[in-house]
Amino acid sequence: MSEINLDASASELLRAMDAGELSCLELTQESLARIDALDASMNAWLHIEGEGALAQAAELDARRSAGESLGPLAGLPIGVKDMICTAGMPTTAASKMLEHFVPPYDATVVRRLKDADAIILGKLNMDEFAMGSSNERSAFGPVRNPWSPERIPGGSSGGSAAALAAGTCALSLGTDTGGSIRQPASLCGVVGVKPTYGRVSRYGAIAFASSLDQVGPMARSVEDAARLLDVLSGHDPLDSTSIPAPGCDTLSTLKNSIAGLRVGVPSEYFSEGIEQEVDSAVRAALETLKSLGCDIVDVSLPHTPYAVAAYYILATAEASSNLARYDGVAYGHRSAEAAPLDAMISATRAEGFGPEVTRRLLLGTYALSSGYYDAYYLQAQKVRTLVANDFRDAFKRCDIIVGPTSPLAAIGLGERTSDPLQMYLMDVYTIPSNLAGLPCASMPCGFDDKGLPIGLQLIAPSMGEATLMRLAHSYEEASAWRGERPDLETLKKAGPPPGARKPRSQGEGA
Amino acid sequence: MTWESVIGLEIHVQLATKSKLFTAAPVGYDAEVNALVDPVVLGMPGVLPVINREAVTMAMKVGLALGCTINPTSVFARKHYFYPDLPKGYQISQFEAPICTGGALWADVNGEERLFELTRIHMEEDAGKTVHDASRGCSFVDYNRAGVPLIETVSEPCMRSAEEAVAYMKALFQIVRALGVCRGNMEEGNFRCDANVSVRPLGEERLGTKVELKNINSFRFVGRGIAHEVERQIAVIEGGGEIRQETRLWDDAAGVTRTMRTKEEAHDYRYFPDPDLMPLRIDSAWIDAVRQSLPELPRERRARFERDLGLGSYDADVLTQSSARADYFESVYASVGDAKLVANWIQGELLAQLNREGLEIESSPLSADKLATLLTLISKGKLSGKQAKACFQAMFKEGISADVWMKNHGGQITDAAEIDRIVLTVLDDNPDQVAQYLGGKEKLMGFFVGRVMAATKGRANPASVNASIKRLMKERM
Repeated sequence: MSEINLDASASELLRAMDAGELSCLELTQESLARIDALDASMNAWLHIEGEGALAQAAELDARRSAGESLGPLAGLPIGVKDMICTAGMPTTAASKMLEHFVPPYDATVVRRLKDADAIILGKLNMDEFAMGSSNERSAFGPVRNPWSPERIPGGSSGGSAAALAAGTCALSLGTDTGGSIRQPASLCGVVGVKPTYGRVSRYGAIAFASSLDQVGPMARSVEDAARLLDVLSGHDPLDSTSIPAPGCDTLSTLKNSIAGLRVGVPSEYFSEGIEQEVDSAVRAALETLKSLGCDIVDVSLPHTPYAVAAYYILATAEASSNLARYDGVAYGHRSAEAAPLDAMISATRAEGFGPEVTRRLLLGTYALSSGYYDAYYLQAQKVRTLVANDFRDAFKRCDIIVGPTSPLAAIGLGERTSDPLQMYLMDVYTIPSNLAGLPCASMPCGFDDKGLPIGLQLIAPSMGEATLMRLAHSYEEASAWRGERPDLETLKKAGPPPGARKPRSQGEGA
Repeated sequence: MTWESVIGLEIHVQLATKSKLFTAAPVGYDAEVNALVDPVVLGMPGVLPVINREAVTMAMKVGLALGCTINPTSVFARKHYFYPDLPKGYQISQFEAPICTGGALWADVNGEERLFELTRIHMEEDAGKTVHDASRGCSFVDYNRAGVPLIETVSEPCMRSAEEAVAYMKALFQIVRALGVCRGNMEEGNFRCDANVSVRPLGEERLGTKVELKNINSFRFVGRGIAHEVERQIAVIEGGGEIRQETRLWDDAAGVTRTMRTKEEAHDYRYFPDPDLMPLRIDSAWIDAVRQSLPELPRERRARFERDLGLGSYDADVLTQSSARADYFESVYASVGDAKLVANWIQGELLAQLNREGLEIESSPLSADKLATLLTLISKGKLSGKQAKACFQAMFKEGISADVWMKNHGGQITDAAEIDRIVLTVLDDNPDQVAQYLGGKEKLMGFFVGRVMAATKGRANPASVNASIKRLMKERM
């Protein structure tokens, strides 16, 4: 067995397996070994499907040697955010409420992964019910950032980003409601894509805010993300908000030239809260794009300052409704306080939800209350329309918008947990594209002087995934960031983060 | 003071679809507890609703039959409350933009046709059922009913008596049955009624404070419950009190309504458009297709029976109580051709017999075709009325055909020569009575008829026998 480079891209690993230089079993074993070595410290994995993964890998090797043609992701170990349902495998949403929940069904995206012969290695940590920007809101403890173990990996898909950065899997799935794929991708130096709303089925992805949620690919290279996106996307009759169109084909045009593309730069995305080094890294990336033949144009997204406020009305309102189902009756946590009914339901929810989820459910319940609905929910919907109109107008002048993903590189664990409002502002650049339903991505564009990754955000018009991925790929090819890997020895020595524990998911039947 | 009651009805109609409103799980009524469920019905994490097109078509049928406007865009909304039989913590319903608005319903109030206006019809999903077991101190939930499609038909506050409310409810019941969109089994909860009831001094325009009346899921309960609630409200006001806005339950055994919850305890349902469902769009082609598929409605059919078949209004009404009954009638009528005869037999013999056996006409052991063979024999004079009834019983209970019965029992004797021959024998056998008859004792007619009938086992046509006796007696005078 040759030396396996777990930090290689999924595309490189696929090529090695196709060439017979690497077996699926070897790759799966190595990935599991690295999880074993690192995850006590990193805390990215909530569930590891070791035996199932090894059995599937062996079966794939047998099929390959029998000359069968395999799926487009054959043998690639993939981690799935624990927000996404996996049949027979615990799915907790990083909440005590679902600590023992094992769904009897696969999310459509999981079914697509299986059809593509990907190996589902396990489930990844996150902020509880995807509500957070730091992964510190998990009921099972925070995730360490592989680049700097005392810092956050971002959130809510923090486990999905960290697992990739540490080379414990080849690909991962995240979900993005207000930046939950892009912001952790940015903070962990990986690629994350939030597709056009409706491109990827939401069926089986636990709902946080239905009109904003999208599942998306996370990877160590743009090509990997494109490959995964093409597998995930496409119409699903089980999701009424799924766009009735074929899936993306971003891979076939990935390497085409981007010369002549007009790149819009919104002044509002370089506002006062942005760190100087983030600002510089993004401007340097724009210079690179210019050197690749892009025209850089100034655009304006004037309603950006109102997006966060509108988002926290709409997302919390929808969440207060979506999470009403967790009442302790048919599945999930139930309080020992069994009677009367109202008391049982109240106690169940008070015990099952963490403080950030509770805060947002209260906000959302208030926003939908009789007498307040017009002032909050309807008003926020109007802002949403204005934000979408901003983009529509901007895309008259450009083909793609480029800016920073996050105003800050990774902050320290615990640094902002006591100030929710400051935490919410981490998502100031990512939220507007969720409100507008646009496809967008984050990819590495440098490091600050502490060695922390900085992310570049790309936003395309609706259904513009091919352009999005093509521009990202060209930039990646022209930049030097992909080769950089974190120092895993430091991560390994950090030890378990405070509050880390594994879910006790012993297969509560559904 | 003279009081006027003001009543509006909200009637929930379960649609007779094969699957549930937002998922493929089947709809059924005889299944094991919690057998008709899937992850969507149970509201499990991550699952999503997809609208059932058949349910929309059925809702459109009702809307078109009642002359409603079918809205080209309607919106599903979430109605929130916590209860164990509501799996998601919200019911998917329609709030600001229902599928149908307006419309009106004709109903027969004591023989008088009255038109009652509708406000709207909206679609929603049913909840499961919670069963409290006091002896074991716990509750159980059956989700078989959860997600079954419902339409809620909301009337204007346009009824003025319990009688009108019952008439309205019956008329709607007939229509949804005739349209084939509802099983119409009230015990199964296929058709459920709530009423909004208030009173005001006669002549007052302003509406009084309304009370929502629940648990009136039968025609009888609606009638008694509303009548009682009206009396209660009048008594409260005349006693110097005020009506509280509240929800009350009808207790039929005790004959009273009781407070269920007051206005202060009412839920804030926090309605908002369901982000999992796109607005429901209905184009004119769909509306036209549904309109084309509408069957003749009970009221039109009743009118046609009176106008074209010459039936009386009572007969026409009885025969159009259900589509199955009217279909049965029309099928028999098509073969026999005598509407009055067919109507009499269906009402007199068939419905009485079905009623005795507790059967609906759909499951009648005597098919329309078979009844038609019997009635054809009657109309051709081949069976006497008495024979026909005996034959009917044999057909209904033993399943034998009219022809076989005729063979076994013989048909009616109408041949004049044969009757004359039998009469002559009877006269010859009874010379004393003949002498008395000829001497003026005409009451003996009955004696001779009886003897002839006995000799023919009742098969002789009575009119022919009478005529024959009179004629042959004359010859002996």
